[in-house]
Amino acid sequence: MPVITFREALRQAMDEEMARDDRVFLLGEEVAQYNGAYKVTQGLWEKYGDKRVVDTPITEEGFTGLGVGAAMVGLRPIVEWMTLNFALMAYDQVVSNAAKTRYMSGGQFKLPMVMRGPNGPAEYLAAQHSQALQSIFAHIPGLKVVSPSTPYDAKGLLKTSIRDDNPVIFLEGELMYAWKGEVPEEEYLIPLGKADVKREGSDVSLVSYGKPMRVTLEAAEKLEKEGINAEVIDLRSIKPLDEEAVYASVRKTHCCVIVEESWPFASVGSHLGWLISRNAFDYLDAPVEMVASEEVPMPYNHKLELAVQPQVPKIVAAAKKVLYLDN
Amino acid sequence: MAEQILMLALSPTMEEGTIATWKKKEGDKVSEGDIICEVETDKATMDYESIQEGVLLKILVPEGEDAAVGVPIAIIGEEGEDISALEKEASETAKEAEKEEEAAGASASEEKPEAKKDKQEKPETAEDKTEKERADKPAAKKEAVTTDGWVKASPLAREIARQRGIDIAAIEGSGPGGRVVKKDVESAPTRAGRPAASGFAPARAAGEDRTVKVSKMRKAIAGRLAESKFTAPHFYLNVSVRGEALMEARNRINKSLQEKISVNAFIMKLAAEALRRHPRVNAAWEGDTIREFGSVDIGLAVALDDGLITPVVRNCGNKGIVEIDGELKELIPRAQEGKLAPEEYSGAGFSVSNLGSFGIEEFTAIINPPGSAILAVGTLNKVPVVQEDGSLGTGLVMKFTLSCDHRVVDGAEGARFMATLKNNFENPMSALL
Repeated sequence: MPVITFREALRQAMDEEMARDDRVFLLGEEVAQYNGAYKVTQGLWEKYGDKRVVDTPITEEGFTGLGVGAAMVGLRPIVEWMTLNFALMAYDQVVSNAAKTRYMSGGQFKLPMVMRGPNGPAEYLAAQHSQALQSIFAHIPGLKVVSPSTPYDAKGLLKTSIRDDNPVIFLEGELMYAWKGEVPEEEYLIPLGKADVKREGSDVSLVSYGKPMRVTLEAAEKLEKEGINAEVIDLRSIKPLDEEAVYASVRKTHCCVIVEESWPFASVGSHLGWLISRNAFDYLDAPVEMVASEEVPMPYNHKLELAVQPQVPKIVAAAKKVLYLDN
Repeated sequence: MAEQILMLALSPTMEEGTIATWKKKEGDKVSEGDIICEVETDKATMDYESIQEGVLLKILVPEGEDAAVGVPIAIIGEEGEDISALEKEASETAKEAEKEEEAAGASASEEKPEAKKDKQEKPETAEDKTEKERADKPAAKKEAVTTDGWVKASPLAREIARQRGIDIAAIEGSGPGGRVVKKDVESAPTRAGRPAASGFAPARAAGEDRTVKVSKMRKAIAGRLAESKFTAPHFYLNVSVRGEALMEARNRINKSLQEKISVNAFIMKLAAEALRRHPRVNAAWEGDTIREFGSVDIGLAVALDDGLITPVVRNCGNKGIVEIDGELKELIPRAQEGKLAPEEYSGAGFSVSNLGSFGIEEFTAIINPPGSAILAVGTLNKVPVVQEDGSLGTGLVMKFTLSCDHRVVDGAEGARFMATLKNNFENPMSALL
């Protein structure tokens, strides 16, 4: 099976879907002639031309709104946000129009639209450009939110998202674009709302999604060396959320640590923690622990920048805490 | 700045605790997490981990004494600090706690667990509030230990306990703040006394098990005897003793007295005479030394409703049988009422346990420290015996078993003691030699 980068997997997904359906088109800042700020759209402009790969002005609200309108009249736009930090400019379009129009029109309008781009901290980008904003999108009814952690998942999930008739926020990571993984040549789709057990285990459930999956898996290996057999669940899609996969794991291990890179207050993880405490209460042997980013604006100092994010030792410590092994 | 170390609620139902042992002495350095003392709670003896740092300046509650939750038990600070004001404050707090306890009375503590369960439905009364405030104050220092009678347990632990019919309140929690967690329930005995099997067993509908809280006395018995049995290498010596001469002597003496002398007084006197000749049997193991006691102090095991105690008759060697009997008649009733002072039931160099009145023929007893031997006395039976001339007849025979601590008493020494004892019983006159 070919090993390709996360970036290439996304490109393949868009390429395949654009080839398959000529209503699919791409728009965003520097997606065409410059081949994308992070080279995710490399070669697509050359292949599909100006009408299907559109460079936009630096106006997130404007081109996201354009995407909403295009979707309403039957096209299937893929809006690339250079980063989710800039998508804050488009938040009104996302919340008020993309998320609401299908509902408020009584289903007369579909919104087959994907808004994608890198989310979360990279490195040395400071407070305004290092934000993990999935929670404020997941908060809005009417949106789907997808957050893959491997090239394989990224390709399968993006193709499904493009075919979905609802607005999908598709979260990538600047540092993830170079991650490599096996991706088959033949076509495949991954359904939204289906979590993946990335590592089977019996002692403690570690639940994460997106970029922190990597430190979570490293923490599981570290725990393995200490004789602790961790199960690692990758949510893959935040909304819809595969609650049952999490409960099944908690019923097996009786304790759970949630790992995410957003702030903890009213986050995806804190919501999931509540769901577990409500729906798997009698299976819990310890309160659900959460390893999130510290509740501060991202420090510019690199050591502090790393320190506020989920790290392997924090995850290991949290796992030991829920196992009562932290004395 | 110096500050008080308060008694904490170390178990969910604890209202007061007894300092079992101080692990730190005055003047010792204390770091956070150090165990400063062991506290005997209503449930168990628990380590008190310090959450404060500094030098232990003053121990306010000595070993063996009680302190209510929230009462200062020691003062910690920097070396050489003036702590007189804190000491004064501490003694006032202790007095206050005592008063409150009296005022609250026994009924309050009994009703609490029930009452608190419905606290959500019930509006909080002013009384509840003060009580809670009092409880919260020290608890806030450690983890959220509930002092309102609610057992902290993980939902899973609760569910497993429910399914297996285990009383979760009877389980010692190993989690934070004493939380009962899965492994605690799984290692707890089930109703049938079997170790818990894996997986959920259906709850049994048969008669309810009764969980009896272990009294401080039962705990002390358990601790002392387990320590004795597990540290002192016991061996046992068994002899049959003819009882005719003893009974004859006793009958004769009792005829001349208003009050009859008990068999136990005879046993203790005759044992004392044997101990005088064999001082090594009246001794204690002290690690690098063996202490041979100068006085023959003999403890007699007395059964209580739940437990036993060994009142000690001092200096039996220099006392007559009547005097020993008089002391026993005074000590035993008070022992049964639980009114003995510690010095009246501790420090026996030798002990006697007599189960003859229950018809027990012979048994072995566990040595009662600091002594190194205990004599187990069986019932006086009329049995067939081979007479000196070889013919078969009947005789009164009782069986003595001596348990010895081999660290102090060797087999031959114990055997010589038993020979003397047997001779003393069979020829009481020889005891006077």
